[in-house]
Amino acid sequence: MARYVLFHIAKCVVLLLAVSFLCFALVNASPIDPVQANLGQAAYINMDPEKRAELAAYWGVDAPLWESYANWLGGVVQGDWGISLRYNAPVLQVIAERTANTLMLMAVAWVVSGLLGFALGIAAALHRDGWIDRTIKGYCYLLAATPTFWLAMIFLLCFSVLLPIFPIGFSLPIGVNSSEATLLDALHHLALPAITLSLVGVANIALHTREKTIDVLESDYVRFSRMRGLSPAEALRNGCWRNLLLPALTLQFASISEIFGGSVLVEEVFSYPGLGQAAVTAALGGDVALLAGIAVISAVLVFGGNLAANILYGVIDPRIRRGQSESGKSARGGVGSDVGSARGSRPPRRMNGQRFTEQNEAGGRG
Amino acid sequence: MTDLQDIRSSSARVIQAHDAKDMHGAHDAHDHHHHRHAENPVHTHGHHLLQVEDLSVGFRMYDPTEPFFAAKQELVNVIDHLSIAVHEREIVALVGPSGAGKSLLADAIMACYEPNVQVEGRIWFDGELQDAKSLAALAGGAIAVVPQSVASLNPLVKVGKQVQGGRRGAAKEDCARKQQELFARYGLVPSVADLYPHELSGGMARRVLLCCALIGNPRLIVADEPTPGLDEAAALRVLEDFRAFADGGGGVLLITHDIELALRVADRIAVFHDKTIVEETSVASFASPEHLQHPFSRALWHALPEHGFSAAGE
Amino acid sequence: MAEIARTQAPVAPAAQAQVEQTTLFHEPRSLSRLTSNRKVLLVTVIGALAVLALIIVAGTLATPAAQETDFARRDLAPSLAHPFGCDWLGRDMFLRTLAGLSLSIRIGLLAAAVSALISLVLGTIAAMGSRVVDGAVTWLIDLMMGVPHLVLLILISYALGKGFWGVTVGIALTHWASLTRVVRAEVLQCRQSPYIAVAQKLGASRLRIVAKHIVPFVFPQFLVGFILLFPHAILHEAAITFLGFGLPPELPALGNILSESMTYLSTGMWWLAVFPGLSLIATVLLFDLAGGALRKIVDARTNQE
Repeated sequence: MARYVLFHIAKCVVLLLAVSFLCFALVNASPIDPVQANLGQAAYINMDPEKRAELAAYWGVDAPLWESYANWLGGVVQGDWGISLRYNAPVLQVIAERTANTLMLMAVAWVVSGLLGFALGIAAALHRDGWIDRTIKGYCYLLAATPTFWLAMIFLLCFSVLLPIFPIGFSLPIGVNSSEATLLDALHHLALPAITLSLVGVANIALHTREKTIDVLESDYVRFSRMRGLSPAEALRNGCWRNLLLPALTLQFASISEIFGGSVLVEEVFSYPGLGQAAVTAALGGDVALLAGIAVISAVLVFGGNLAANILYGVIDPRIRRGQSESGKSARGGVGSDVGSARGSRPPRRMNGQRFTEQNEAGGRG
Repeated sequence: MTDLQDIRSSSARVIQAHDAKDMHGAHDAHDHHHHRHAENPVHTHGHHLLQVEDLSVGFRMYDPTEPFFAAKQELVNVIDHLSIAVHEREIVALVGPSGAGKSLLADAIMACYEPNVQVEGRIWFDGELQDAKSLAALAGGAIAVVPQSVASLNPLVKVGKQVQGGRRGAAKEDCARKQQELFARYGLVPSVADLYPHELSGGMARRVLLCCALIGNPRLIVADEPTPGLDEAAALRVLEDFRAFADGGGGVLLITHDIELALRVADRIAVFHDKTIVEETSVASFASPEHLQHPFSRALWHALPEHGFSAAGE
Repeated sequence: MAEIARTQAPVAPAAQAQVEQTTLFHEPRSLSRLTSNRKVLLVTVIGALAVLALIIVAGTLATPAAQETDFARRDLAPSLAHPFGCDWLGRDMFLRTLAGLSLSIRIGLLAAAVSALISLVLGTIAAMGSRVVDGAVTWLIDLMMGVPHLVLLILISYALGKGFWGVTVGIALTHWASLTRVVRAEVLQCRQSPYIAVAQKLGASRLRIVAKHIVPFVFPQFLVGFILLFPHAILHEAAITFLGFGLPPELPALGNILSESMTYLSTGMWWLAVFPGLSLIATVLLFDLAGGALRKIVDARTNQE
């Protein structure tokens, strides 16, 4: 188990390094000159020449990519993520200010879409091809075909312009300092973006949960449960929900990536000051340091989610939790003769590492 | 004849007069319903424990011989007008080649239907004519199934809990006690209850599956290929468990492709060939091909190892 | 013997009719329903693709007219003459939407084609190559999945200096991961089949086996995956253009149309946003429909073989 966790953490770190390099390389490859792009902007004008020169050197085209990446990475590790040109502040500070807003938005959408999608997916699968299933499927296909930003605009039009229930944008009432704003204010501004993001997220989760539930319902063990007098719903309640929990976890954590992407669009439409909006501003304004920083943060969120899913997998699945330590102790034996010691006679089925076996088999057949 | 009519219209749809006549040896056996009896057939209360008549199982599919887009749908029968009966204290083995659709009989009796299947016929259990709903109510209780493999156990749930089931209306403590009793009876130490299916050996898994079936106090067990993957000794031990169950008053419908094994443990053999049962006869009839009526049964007899595997012999 | 059987079996002639009656335990769910009828499926695929082709042609033809401004029809609400209304420059929104859809589909076609090609090559290499190659491809997929799609799109688009190539290359480079997995699995399945083993025994080269056996085997599923790539490609193109990283603002792309309409939302000109958006949804659903129907045909075909 410890080895399993360590393996996944190591894998994550390596991937994260690669992703950070990819982001850095992409940002650097741009023909848009960051210093030039900000010329004429307040932040740049107010900068003293020394700093300007420093910036030019920092993002200079003359330094080889590897070297500037190493410099940047060294800074990132030490907490120096560079200076945001757009916001004229350290990148880490800009990110920190906005992370709270984005995390709140994402957390609400993540939980709501996850729970709702899970419930709808199971309901659809249990009533497969009935009207409940068809309604849920129709809703999901429709939403999956809907551009997130358009839905945000329509909600804005309906519930802020035509029916002014919610504010038009931002995370707080205009002119109110963050220290003066109440929690209610914050929630009021959060509501519409969060609803939009949740609704869009539901579609994917529900459709995938439906597929997985159908797989489980068609499995041998649910069949056997049915032959033992349980209805499919009862079989799910009586232990088979565990089999759904595993794919649900994977799905739920994989959806972080999608929700982050959605939050970029939703924040942009609602002028909600979060990471997504900052990323758009940074990319439009050639704010390289901020853009790279946010990209890395988004990757950390995604990989963190993957890691959490994998570790939880290990905790829940007994084939991983208990399979390995006991394996190989005794071979498959006759009835009763080896009771108690006959554990692990089947190798635990792992989701990783099994992918090469089929090739060998194919080769051996000829 | 008029007598018969009256009885048929009542719910106990049986020919009581049979009991007297049913005492024949295998060699001069008379046909009874569609089968011939073993030495001691038991028609308690004057009827069979399970009787299946004219059961057809078909799938609706596109005609594969026609061009892809022009193909029409049709009903293709996999089981065609099959009849079989199981008495109390008896093991009936349904023998036929693998993949011929024998398992569909088990599905039909257990009221477990694929979406695109058509199941039609008459099934009596304990003298009562059944429909899909009443069969579903019997499943897991009076009729229990022993499935083919450990894959029928949920890999994520401990074995003990799975044996206890979760049947409606059953008190949890009763189930737990029953499970412990069954484990003790079948030589599974109590700690097995805390294992997961992947930690069981092949033989243990079969016994666990048997315990799953016995927890509901069944009167009939439908065993669907309960022995593959076991060596001969282990397979025989599994079959002994079925024998013991039958000797205790229950009935067993053993579905298998292994006729040798079937001959060792069963009372009667039903030969499955070409979508139906061509012959239902006592094991004793397999002593010599002359007692077998259908050419396919005789071919089976000749294919037995002790008769030199000769394929022909009609 | 047979006679005895007749008299003893519960088949009394008088009760014949009653005995013939059987209980119906289960009836097959009707296959003739529209969704799984093969001919209907085929018509669905062809029909949906034809409508999409029509949109491309009509949109291309309508592009000049879509850019015509006429201040006499400024801010017109939807009417029979202008079903989608007109914008603040008096441009007909229906024509603009049509032109935008056509542009979106064409970009989607280009990007999805490149993306699909990448996944075909990578998936085949992964499945046919050595462990190391397979591991590398899998790792690359993990890498692509590591950054949210939209963020990666912004990065690539930014790296290429925005504009047409930024968005097209961006979409082509970010959408191959899932289809690669499908191709890889299909090729692995094909590799195990006996006729590949026979071909290997006969001394066919690896490249020849791929070209002669594996690509044809994988192609149907690949085609389905390719069509189902479009919705993603089109939606992402619209999103990235909407954010300002995609097509230049002078082009009548849907992202631009919707982005402009944002400014007019508060004035209550709802038609500027509603109709183009609905048309986009309809287009995406058409692709979904075609892909879904084709998948059913392909699956039925594979099952039959």
